[in-house]
Amino acid sequence: MRWIRAHLVAIAGLLVLSYMLLPNIVVIVFSFNKPKGNYNYEWQRFSLDAWTNPCGTPGICDALGLSLRVGFIATLVSTILGTMVAFAIGRYRFRGRSSTNLLIFLPMATPEVVMGSSLLTLFIAMGIAPGTVTILIAHILFCLSFVVVTVKARIASLDPRLEQAAADLFANPFQAFIRVTLPLVAPGIAAGALLAFSLSFDDYIITNFNASPSSVTFPMFVWGASQRGTPVQINVIGTVMFLAALLLVATGQLISNRRAKTAA
Amino acid sequence: MTEWTSGDLRLTNVTKRYDTFTAVDQLDLVIPRGSFFALLGPSGCGKTTTLRMVAGLDQPTIGQIWIGLKDITETKAYQRNVNTVFQNYALFPHLSIIDNVAFGLRRRKVSDHKAKAMEALELVQLAHIATKKPGQLSGGMQQRVALARAIVNRPDVLLLDEPLGALDLKLRRQMQIELKMIQSEVGITFVHVTHDQEEAMTMADTIAVMNAGRLEQVGDPATLYEHPKSTFVANFLGQSNLLEATVKSRDGSIAELDVHGVSLRLPVDRLENGASAVWLGVRPEKLRLVANGSAPDGTGDSNRLTGVVTDASFTGLATNYLVRLPWGQELMVVQQNDGTSRVAAGAQVTLGWAPEHGFALDAKQDAHAGAQDQADDSGAA
Repeated sequence: MRWIRAHLVAIAGLLVLSYMLLPNIVVIVFSFNKPKGNYNYEWQRFSLDAWTNPCGTPGICDALGLSLRVGFIATLVSTILGTMVAFAIGRYRFRGRSSTNLLIFLPMATPEVVMGSSLLTLFIAMGIAPGTVTILIAHILFCLSFVVVTVKARIASLDPRLEQAAADLFANPFQAFIRVTLPLVAPGIAAGALLAFSLSFDDYIITNFNASPSSVTFPMFVWGASQRGTPVQINVIGTVMFLAALLLVATGQLISNRRAKTAA
Repeated sequence: MTEWTSGDLRLTNVTKRYDTFTAVDQLDLVIPRGSFFALLGPSGCGKTTTLRMVAGLDQPTIGQIWIGLKDITETKAYQRNVNTVFQNYALFPHLSIIDNVAFGLRRRKVSDHKAKAMEALELVQLAHIATKKPGQLSGGMQQRVALARAIVNRPDVLLLDEPLGALDLKLRRQMQIELKMIQSEVGITFVHVTHDQEEAMTMADTIAVMNAGRLEQVGDPATLYEHPKSTFVANFLGQSNLLEATVKSRDGSIAELDVHGVSLRLPVDRLENGASAVWLGVRPEKLRLVANGSAPDGTGDSNRLTGVVTDASFTGLATNYLVRLPWGQELMVVQQNDGTSRVAAGAQVTLGWAPEHGFALDAKQDAHAGAQDQADDSGAA
């Protein structure tokens, strides 16, 4: 009884963690399955078939490639644009600043179905055929808000006196930005970029509205495939994505730990 | 216009106006090259705004700022050969100590920046922590790094914005001495902004007392203390007893003043020509306190007042008394703990002081100006 009382917080923490991570574990475990039929829902026996042939299901690697390309470009563009917007809102007083601030939030608050369908309406009205380009435009649009919000928070926590100190120490505005402001805001920009990529890679609803049969992203492929069966390769790619994310976070943690240590 | 030489920092008619108030009002100031100059005043008096205008971080609404023969009013902060030690140091958290110190040298493309930065760190005795980050340093260490980061550039003027405000009392005393030593070692003009009168008096060659955007008085610490020109200076620098007085006669070098029917004396040169109604001021430690009846003659001084002790508090170094005069006013008296017998509350006493220890101020001024400001600030510090 006393033991439980002493470790209650740790127990609760572990329970929550396992609740959060159980789906990932299932995905990983079932990537080693050899299902009987088309559906990978029941454990049969251990196999490396899917791991040795991850592109074995027709179209899956094309879809993955498209998702990675779209994710990369959308992340790049929305991070650059979003960072600039965040600086404008965070650092300058101008007409329409507070309304900009509010409007930036709107895409985050709009239901995805609404945004996806209205974007499609817009593209058709403008005579733009749905495809990779429309997917990209849509992804940049909704990633932008998240980047702005993340970077803006970082800028707000920045001491403006540091830039004044840089100016006092002979740094012109460009040098002060490169040497002082940007390095200090960088963690916020990196967080915004990671968020943007995972949002873009993950998005199904908006993408589905604005895609063509020749522009199938990975989530669309998974959804489409699941109508007829769930190939094990989906689990393989899911596992790889999960491990890649884990690796990224762990590396970041390691670097910041080492930095703190060498400084000490 | 005061005399000036090349390299002096001069402010001519400098004014900073914001929408609703004037932070600095027609400031004229010459800060001699190589001096340790203090801008002293309560919070909101415009001293920090003045400093920021010299640094180039704020633009004066009107007026000019000169260093020697060069008008720097229009130049940007990064173009000025002026460096600042910021109030909370503003060290770059992502850079190591050595990179912080070398920052200015690098921007100016000084070739041996690393060696020079190390030299500056040695000057503040912090060479051993060159590779650490600011976050790992104590407040006192950060303060020295900020100083090294500014001094290493050998600026024409070094600005210090309440640099010791965040340190505890003991460390502050230590840094005051250290700052003064460093200043005489490097010979750079130091302009030190502070609200702490003791700090200003300890460190500065010259003090400019500011109040509500204007200069009250400029002078060396002793002159400001012994001969304040306004009630604000009299109350802000130490404490003063101000007595309502009218000038009765001027006889040679001594003037006779009437204070509630008591005749008191003051050297004539302390009075402005033609002044009739004045505040007669005397510092608490200049008053000698003698219990009535303890000596046949009271005090040996020519100015005397009698009263009743209403409060006596022993601080070790001295005893602080409050003495109520017949017309109800209470005077502060500080009696050094030098063996003179102490007096208890309720005792009838005679206060005496030498005429030359008095000073006179224009009676039109508020007798309490500056007293409250000082109490507030020392409470906050």
